[in-house]
Amino acid sequence: MTITPKTLSEKLWDRHVIRSAEGEPDLLYIDMHLIHEVTSPQAFDGLKMAGRGVRRTDLTVATADHNVPTINILQPIADPISATQVSHLGKNCLEYGIKLYPMADPGQGIVHVIGPELGITLPGMTIVCGDSHTSTHGAFGALAFGIGTSEVEHVFATQSLPQVKPKTMAITVDGDLPAGSTAKDVILAIIGKITTGGGIGHIVEYRGSTIRGLSMEGRMTICNMSIEAGAKAGMIAPDDTTYAYIEGRPHAPKGALWEQALGDWQTLPTDEGATYDTEVVLDGTKILPHVSWGTNPGQVAPIDSEVPDPNSIEDPGQRDAAERALRYMGLEPGTPLRDIMVDTVFVGSCTNGRIEDLRVAADVVRGRKVHQGVHAMVVPGSMRVRAQAEEEGLDQIFLNAGFEWRAAGCSMCLGMNPDKLAPGQRCASTSNRNFEGRQGPRGRTHLVSPAVAAATAIAGTFSTPADLR
Amino acid sequence: MEPVRVITGRAVPLDRSDVDTDQIIPAHWLKRVERTGFGAGLFSGWWENEPDFVLNRREYKDATILIAGPNFGVGSSREHAVWALMDYGFKAVISPRFGDIFRNNATKTGLVPVVVDPDVAEALMRQVEADPTTVITIDVERLVVDCPAAAISASFPMDDFTRYRLVEGLDDIGLTLRNEAAITAYEQKRPAWMPTISLR
Repeated sequence: MTITPKTLSEKLWDRHVIRSAEGEPDLLYIDMHLIHEVTSPQAFDGLKMAGRGVRRTDLTVATADHNVPTINILQPIADPISATQVSHLGKNCLEYGIKLYPMADPGQGIVHVIGPELGITLPGMTIVCGDSHTSTHGAFGALAFGIGTSEVEHVFATQSLPQVKPKTMAITVDGDLPAGSTAKDVILAIIGKITTGGGIGHIVEYRGSTIRGLSMEGRMTICNMSIEAGAKAGMIAPDDTTYAYIEGRPHAPKGALWEQALGDWQTLPTDEGATYDTEVVLDGTKILPHVSWGTNPGQVAPIDSEVPDPNSIEDPGQRDAAERALRYMGLEPGTPLRDIMVDTVFVGSCTNGRIEDLRVAADVVRGRKVHQGVHAMVVPGSMRVRAQAEEEGLDQIFLNAGFEWRAAGCSMCLGMNPDKLAPGQRCASTSNRNFEGRQGPRGRTHLVSPAVAAATAIAGTFSTPADLR
Repeated sequence: MEPVRVITGRAVPLDRSDVDTDQIIPAHWLKRVERTGFGAGLFSGWWENEPDFVLNRREYKDATILIAGPNFGVGSSREHAVWALMDYGFKAVISPRFGDIFRNNATKTGLVPVVVDPDVAEALMRQVEADPTTVITIDVERLVVDCPAAAISASFPMDDFTRYRLVEGLDDIGLTLRNEAAITAYEQKRPAWMPTISLR
């Protein structure tokens, strides 16, 4: 008997098919459903109107992250509409019996930061959330993807989702990264290469020695931004780095169950001889720190280059998009990226709001001062990250340098809380989207790594830590 | 969901690629807890700041079809983008390529995502730019988009199940619950190492 070799994502998919029928999407079982205040209220309403309940409250976890203020968190939310949304989540979780990590709780944080830190995110699981950055959890070898509110309601009612099987894509990055380059630069380089639509209809598996050499936090940064290349999900096969991160976390299996889980997880990596529908290869040794110059995450360039000239872009659609982007960003072709001045620096988000990201940024700003006229803030991804950072004294390093030190949430990544750019402001941001208005109406976002964000806060123009010496 | 069989109407040409869901409905609109009332926020960052923006032009008022460049609906998973388009009056969007989550959200709510070849999208765009009174017909039962004025009749892809749901206006959850026994059987073999969450 021959066994067809399978990829990591095919194994995960096949394990979770409840029902398969010709001409229909597969019905997939969902092992964990994460929810937050923005995309759940209408789903709860839909359940109520149909007289349905939540099938598996024990496979559902909630937190408030998108709207929450990052200062004065013990006081009521000032914005009445945000307050209503957050209180709706509380009421719904109470009514249906769903575990909630509310604002100011020590377990609260961005949904994609708390899943892994609680040990809820494990290899071999299907995880969904009404949030496109659910792809983050794929760093553990989970099949994790963002869904809309109708699908949230569907998972509430059935703990399953009908899904058309995506294609597979391997993105292989080999070699040691140059000094100063990080996981964020790898994923920005990948999106720059395949563009914002390159991954549409695919589940991406990241492979190669560069990826294997990354910590779990770096891997999460990579998988987090899979959606910025359009991919349905991003995944990395679990290995010893993964197991070491998981072991001992609150919801991680223990004792005999840990052994059982390990045995299972070790069967997940892609089989020898398995093939992908699409393959992309990057040379890790050539990936320099990246800065985005435009209004989509594919519009990026290495920091030692210049704002590109749209006339040099062959594709008319891409050329037009670049022209529009430069007008919006207020940038001239040919300007060295290092000459661009910023007035805001944001370190945080589900992309780069974890403890390692904060350590890297703190190392850069230690003993230095934020450049005059730059408003710099650090928003930890979770209250646990915040507590850990304070234990290590990182908060003092940031405060001494002139950064603001905030409570946990999505914050300025999307400006649903009071942390927003004013029109025309220019931000070096460790977040994931440089879309028009993303961080505030008419605000201008440049995506960078935590190291570049920190160095830029000190220098006032786009810089790497090495530039500061 | 209301059944959607044939859509006939005028179209708006939105000649931009990579239109992300943050542009379709900006984040500050997402604080609402209802499904309705998002039409006023549709593309608000653009129509508020660009006087020439296509939705500000009287000749495209009351159109029911949006024609856009490739990668329409990429980015955030917000279904509010679909609700905004529908609340504004759109019944279908034509583009060479859609973001996966947006496309799923659209078919769950009854907004028809029509994927056509780039040259078809381009020809339709030029036609409605030249003549805003042009009528386009999207037949969901036959999966064909017709625009006689541009001499276009093109098929578009959609899996049988999604087409059947749209045409019949069926509730996805109700259909899945017909398989409840299979879901329960699957749950019996869920590995013991997988986490469960208690309220404590």
